[in-house]
Amino acid sequence: MSEASTVAPNEDLIVSVSEVTLRFGGVTSLSDVSLDQRRGEILSVIGPNGAGKTSLFNCLTGVYEPQEGSIQFCGDPHREPVEVIGRRPNRVSRLGIARTFQTSRLFNALTTFENVKIGVESRQHTGPIGAVLRLPRTRREERESDQRTLELLEFVGLRAQANTLSSALAFGDQRRLEIARALGTEPSLLLLDEPAAGANQSEKAELERVIRRVNSELGISVLLIEHDMRLVMSIAERVVVLNFGEVIATGTPATVQRDKRVIEAYLGTTEDEEAG
Amino acid sequence: MKARSDRLLVWSRGPDGRRLAGFTFGALILALITGPEGLEGNPTYGVIHSWLRPRVIAFIAAGVIAWFLSTFWVRNRDRWRPAVRETWQGAIEPFSDRRVRWGSYVGLIAAAALLPQVISGTWQEITVDQIGTYVLLALGLNVVVGFAGLLDLGYIAFYLIGAYSAAYWTGVLPVHPPIVLNPFWVLPLAVLAAMAAGVILGTPTLRLRGDYLAIVTLGFGEIIQIVANTLGSVTGGAQGVIGIKRFSINVFGIHYKFPVGAQANVPYYYLLLVFVIVALVVFHLLENSRVGRAWTAIREDEVAAEACGINPLKYKIMAFAIGASTSGFAGVLFASKIGFIDPTEFSVQMSILVLILVVFGGMGSLPGALIGAAFLQWGQNFLRTSNYSWYNEQDLYVYFGALVIVMMIFRPQGIIPSRRRSREIGLAEQGIGTADALAPPGSPP
Repeated sequence: MSEASTVAPNEDLIVSVSEVTLRFGGVTSLSDVSLDQRRGEILSVIGPNGAGKTSLFNCLTGVYEPQEGSIQFCGDPHREPVEVIGRRPNRVSRLGIARTFQTSRLFNALTTFENVKIGVESRQHTGPIGAVLRLPRTRREERESDQRTLELLEFVGLRAQANTLSSALAFGDQRRLEIARALGTEPSLLLLDEPAAGANQSEKAELERVIRRVNSELGISVLLIEHDMRLVMSIAERVVVLNFGEVIATGTPATVQRDKRVIEAYLGTTEDEEAG
Repeated sequence: MKARSDRLLVWSRGPDGRRLAGFTFGALILALITGPEGLEGNPTYGVIHSWLRPRVIAFIAAGVIAWFLSTFWVRNRDRWRPAVRETWQGAIEPFSDRRVRWGSYVGLIAAAALLPQVISGTWQEITVDQIGTYVLLALGLNVVVGFAGLLDLGYIAFYLIGAYSAAYWTGVLPVHPPIVLNPFWVLPLAVLAAMAAGVILGTPTLRLRGDYLAIVTLGFGEIIQIVANTLGSVTGGAQGVIGIKRFSINVFGIHYKFPVGAQANVPYYYLLLVFVIVALVVFHLLENSRVGRAWTAIREDEVAAEACGINPLKYKIMAFAIGASTSGFAGVLFASKIGFIDPTEFSVQMSILVLILVVFGGMGSLPGALIGAAFLQWGQNFLRTSNYSWYNEQDLYVYFGALVIVMMIFRPQGIIPSRRRSREIGLAEQGIGTADALAPPGSPP
């Protein structure tokens, strides 16, 4: 099935995961997973709980190091793709892959503004000496990051809450703040781990709008893990289905929805039951 | 009668009663361990002479007073907190004006500059050796523990490295340097040595999380002290070294040699004052820079910080090295002021003392570290020099221990908390995140 999940080799791919296997002791979390994402595409990864979706994200961001396989990332179309596996998460962020987490991991004691600013500053260079001597470059970077932070808060619609503690924000606002913080690191690929989990209808609509704008206005490719099928079907161009750490289907939302193995995976029927 | 005793029973099991029992028990324990020791032929001597003597009444009375105050506070804190906050806001309001703020800084510096003129010689010496030096040490440790959230229990090892660097470069160790230097030139060398030691120690260990760092630094502190103690052919061994040179200034026709003994207190006071001010300014700028925000991010959530492109190892080593170099710097000042050092002065207990100063003042808070260190060191020396009959100097750490326990219960953020830190503690009380920098951050998602 893995052949079907890759697209034609000459296409412009932002990330290409090939035959990745991740094991924890005797437990295989991802087995021989391959998937390709085109530049500028919104690709969604779906699958039942424990299918390995978040493990895949953790491999893509350097949190886990899979035992086998390769992940080629090409942030800049004019450059050669680079291997993601083996790089620490902060190096991966530098490459241009940003992420949000399944449960928000904001810096709770900091304000909305400071949270985004930390993301923006990851692309800057001020060190301790510059900070202490207040060098011209430091002052310029400080102004630029303040400016950029406000722009990003505007973009996700949190400008008015700039000085609110991030932990005091409403749930949906926290999710959008995480997206703004991730955008601060200037990614070319944004990984969203269940951004709509637990959100209400209006928060979901707002999130969908933000994700679309990230994709269309900023030109950032989005890889989305989501359980909310309505959101996935409306936003994703293609869908990859994982089950027990394996890719079982790839295609447009409509094709995937009709796929027999996908229905089985979601309904939980087994081969035996079917045979019997 | 029956109903009354029932009520008493119910009360004693309630929060107030339990707290009273706790405070009384604590007071009794304090009375016992600060009292006379038991004797070999008479093992109950200590118990009898600490509990069956009038002294114990004072301890129990202190316990009951503490219970009364704490109960009073617990009962009324929700009512008082807004009022306290309002008063505080009103008091600091004028300082939001730049001119008022700078005016008060100048006023404070002027007061600090005049201080040696109004205190006795004994207190001049205490102010330099016991207060100034420790304020500088606490400011440095505050970067490591407070800003970056790393528990360093071997902090004094870097102080030792600074002090022995001063001894080495002024040519009084058994091994001789290529050239003998004025301690002013030793300062950068000692800072580099301490920083290098910090980086060498930090690079492998700062990859570890939480408790491991505390254990490794504890071991490092011990090793350094034992090496200084036993490697007599290099360090002078247990006898220590004497004759470390004083600072001297020989520039632009000014020739000034820092004096010896009691005369040295005032010049060294001003030297320390300058360095403390420089440290405050430098650390304040760092705290509010990209570097300081990266430290906060790592302290709050290392996984998220990494995902935001922050290299945790780099920033942890940076904090560790900055702390180490401050400690080394203080070591040079101390060694050159006293002129005599021996390894016993650099015990693990001293690392703990500096940690207590930082925790008491408020981790991550510059005014906290400054005032906490100054206040505790002043108090300690005030008790020592006042010769109270109930106070015995060897019990100092018993009282410090009790103080830290009470602080952790009633005011874990320290007397002058940092804004970020007290938010973290407030949030942790509501079950959001971990306030304890020493707790391992959550496992990867």
